[in-house]
Amino acid sequence: MATSQSITAQPTATSAAARRRRARRKRHGNSVTWGIVGWVLGIVFFFPVLWMVITSFKTEAGAYTNTPHIIFSPTLSQYRAVFDSGVWPYVANSAFATIVSTLLVLLLATPCAFALSLRPVRKTRDVLFFFISTKMLPVVAAIIPIYIAARDLHMLDNVFTLVILYTAMNLPIAVWMMRSFFLEVPGELLEAAEMDGAPLRRTVVEVILPVVAPGLAATALICCIFSWNEFFFAVNITATKAATMPVFLVGFISSEGLYFAQLAAAATVATLPVVLAGWVAQRQLVRGLSFGAIK
Amino acid sequence: MTAIAPPVASARRRTKTRSEMRRSGWGRRGPLLPALVFTIIVTQLPFLVTLYYSLESWSLVRPGSQHFTGFSNYVQVFEDSQFRTTALNTVIMTVGTVLIAMLIGVGLALVLDRKFIGRGVVRTLLITPFLIMPVGAALLWKTTMFDPTFGFVNFILRPFGIGHFDWVSSFPLGSVMIEMIWQWTPFMMLLVLAGLQSQPKDIIEAAGCDGARPFAIFRELTLPHLRRYIELGVVLGAIYVVNDFDAVYMMTQGGPGISSANLPFYIYQRAFLGFQVGQAAAMGVVVVVATIIIATFALRLIFTSFSGTEQAA
Amino acid sequence: MMSRRAFLAGTGGAAATLALSGCALGADQVFGGGGSGSTITVAIVSNSQMQDAISLTYLFEREHPGIHLNFVSLPENEARAKITADVSTQGGEFDVVMISNYETPMWSRNGWLVNLQPYINATPGYDAADFLPQLRATLSYQGDLYSVPFYGESSFLMYRKDLMAKAGITMPTRPTWSQVRAIAAHLHTSDQTGICLRGDPGWGENLAPIDTVINAFGGRWFNTNWQAQLTTPVVEQAVSTYVSMLQKYGEPGAPEAGFSECATLYSQGDAAMWYDATSAVSTIEDPASSKVAGRNGYAWAPTQDGRASGWLYTWSLAIPSTCTNKQQAWDFISWMTSKSYIRTVGEKLGWSHVPPGSRFSSYQIPQYKKLSAVYGPLTLASINATDSAHPTKLPVPYTGVQFLDIPEFEDLGTNVSEQFSAAIAGQQTVASALSQAQKYAQAVGNTYQHT
Repeated sequence: MATSQSITAQPTATSAAARRRRARRKRHGNSVTWGIVGWVLGIVFFFPVLWMVITSFKTEAGAYTNTPHIIFSPTLSQYRAVFDSGVWPYVANSAFATIVSTLLVLLLATPCAFALSLRPVRKTRDVLFFFISTKMLPVVAAIIPIYIAARDLHMLDNVFTLVILYTAMNLPIAVWMMRSFFLEVPGELLEAAEMDGAPLRRTVVEVILPVVAPGLAATALICCIFSWNEFFFAVNITATKAATMPVFLVGFISSEGLYFAQLAAAATVATLPVVLAGWVAQRQLVRGLSFGAIK
Repeated sequence: MTAIAPPVASARRRTKTRSEMRRSGWGRRGPLLPALVFTIIVTQLPFLVTLYYSLESWSLVRPGSQHFTGFSNYVQVFEDSQFRTTALNTVIMTVGTVLIAMLIGVGLALVLDRKFIGRGVVRTLLITPFLIMPVGAALLWKTTMFDPTFGFVNFILRPFGIGHFDWVSSFPLGSVMIEMIWQWTPFMMLLVLAGLQSQPKDIIEAAGCDGARPFAIFRELTLPHLRRYIELGVVLGAIYVVNDFDAVYMMTQGGPGISSANLPFYIYQRAFLGFQVGQAAAMGVVVVVATIIIATFALRLIFTSFSGTEQAA
Repeated sequence: MMSRRAFLAGTGGAAATLALSGCALGADQVFGGGGSGSTITVAIVSNSQMQDAISLTYLFEREHPGIHLNFVSLPENEARAKITADVSTQGGEFDVVMISNYETPMWSRNGWLVNLQPYINATPGYDAADFLPQLRATLSYQGDLYSVPFYGESSFLMYRKDLMAKAGITMPTRPTWSQVRAIAAHLHTSDQTGICLRGDPGWGENLAPIDTVINAFGGRWFNTNWQAQLTTPVVEQAVSTYVSMLQKYGEPGAPEAGFSECATLYSQGDAAMWYDATSAVSTIEDPASSKVAGRNGYAWAPTQDGRASGWLYTWSLAIPSTCTNKQQAWDFISWMTSKSYIRTVGEKLGWSHVPPGSRFSSYQIPQYKKLSAVYGPLTLASINATDSAHPTKLPVPYTGVQFLDIPEFEDLGTNVSEQFSAAIAGQQTVASALSQAQKYAQAVGNTYQHT
């Protein structure tokens, strides 16, 4: 690895030790600087979210002030209004569509990714590229055929239609991510298991699963985020029975009168499940995504 | 019709043994099929129908108007200057958002790669925008942040002499992009952070001790290592941003005029406002064909990400 | 670092909780219908009067235990796109839809709506003759009502009496646009908007007021041979007046500002005048949300030649012909548009919540008469002065005051309004906006010339 000359320079032992000490001291000083930089950036990026939460505790009149009020007497009335307007069916639909489609994605993607990783079939790459290419196509170009097909099958405003569409929407990314996790499974492990004559199911459960589990979790989380937040299909092919949280949220835009505070409360409620899940699982997310990059 | 041939001949991960070759076949391909068949039915069939509609003149709000017209819809698409404008907007939006988000993401990841007090909390704060529902995020930026009279952005900038400046209509494309960059930067940051953390620390430390300047270390050691992570982020980000509908729809409705409309929004308008099914379908087909061409190049990029070890830094 | 097992357990637990809550709360939604009686699905626009109606439907359900109501409430543009897609493709998602006097004549002609007249005649005490005659005319096809008005509106000029008095200005009852412009110039400061006008794109947004200005100046969209007239000097003068007034004395963020933004600005006391729907009174005269309640004066929609120029619009309820529970759907519609509903709203939610401009009798209820003393008579007079069959000075081949009652208008109007919006933003001149608009209009006109 021929990089810069300074790396290959030969310092004396004593000066090297001194330099290392200096470097350590410098790093300590740096860590304060970096800490300040990090916190400032973190707060800047988080601020719009924080402001949303703050606004949600205001009255409408309080949300519409030329000089934003940081100090005010908080009110829960916006949340009361949100829950009074019947949020639960939307939560239930979103939860159902998200969870069932994610399970379905994992069910379909796992064998597919497994086959693509451990047991190369011909044209592995064709298949992978086919999957990822479906993600690049504009869904908007297919919405009218989908709408008309759903109408003819009497599946408009049906949460299972959303399940099917969300599964198709997330499947390519899932196959792609999970294939790279399966590539992590050391070949020797599999060969050893095969030589022991272990049945496939045991091989999967005892050898493969522990290795791919964090990846599986990261994939599931990504699918959950995209499904929970999906708006385009939800607004176009559902009405009431199957409407999800993003549709609920949009209902708070009023073409008359003040609505910032209530919208902020609704957005906070709508966003909370995914934000909490993301916070809890952030390490897995980092690991899962990095696997996706390595292989 | 949308399958894309691999741009580069595939490099096998490991060479197959003869016995494996013999055993491969339908038994081996079987596990692929459910996912493949499902994807073909749900994503490809509607496009075939779209192709068929694109040859018809059909206004949903004029009953009995459906009839075959051949390629006249396509002629209209290519004559439509708004279509070209929105195509350009789409390119600007996608390229700008992805690149800026990646630049900021790399910067944030480098900060987070240092040790400092409360690093975990800062990382938590930084990833949050990615988790916010896009519809909600777009609405909040439009209302609580960018509103000319009551928004926070103008409040902060007031000391600098900016009064009731109207961001969303003065810089419609820019405003939408700011919102999207805000949402996608954390994703880029996470990927780059994963890359940084998988980087062997001892080499960097040795280089540091040997007096290499930090920038030199970054350029010579870190960046090559990060390359694949950055490529992955760019490709994944582009896939999602190019199809973005929520931000445009919620923040500007494509306006003023069509200055912030992208192709998904414009096609949606043709379909659900003009109810011109044939015309919208023809636009969809044109976009699909263009996407396939561009995607072939983009996939070349992923391919280098895919092919792993032989390009190790 | 959190252990992997803890993480998996955590997500598993969360998933299980969500799934359980899904089953417990959403079984009805997830697995569809169930239970006895019928479910009526209602698609409405999420304006405040409609939200009031949703909050009162428990009263309806108590009276009609066999009927369960489901609402989908969306902002105007989204609601319109969804309802039109559903009704025109016979999707059958909705049993009751909220539409307007734009859709009703066309859709009833296409056979997409149920004729409500037999139901009206069979409902004693409903008193359809109590609806304002202009609304009845505009919601009828071949003499039968196909939708019934929930509220009706025209447009008028709202202004701050206190600011006028301080500046020593007297607002004429029938102002001209030249007078309005002069007053706006006088009262416009960096902190105070001279006049709020809609600038955001959409045929029901900026185009509604702009069309009334075009009509006031004597312009029209088409001549009787369907030749577009948008580049004529009168139209250019009208649009220039509107655009330059908005640019010079209008609200900040005008190209994105619609009813809601103007309502906010005006009711927070930051604007001197506002030309918009008569129904705006429920926002600006409501002391709970408005700082200027009781300080407003009202004048006729500005004209140039003395002819009334206010628009005519009504949100009304209709039943798509795909509906399978027509009687139950009508039960709900007749409840929501009845005289007793108006009384209920007044008594339960306050008299300022009454949906205005639909029935004469509303204005005879003493409480509402007193409350609306300042603006009620002008609201009724403005609606009654409209003539959607003859909206312009010169003859035209279409009907509708602030819209053209042809199916292409949604698209045409939106395209044209986007041009105007861009002109308001200063991205192009009024002349180039109009020459583009003229092309769009002529393309539509051509399809009518042969027929």
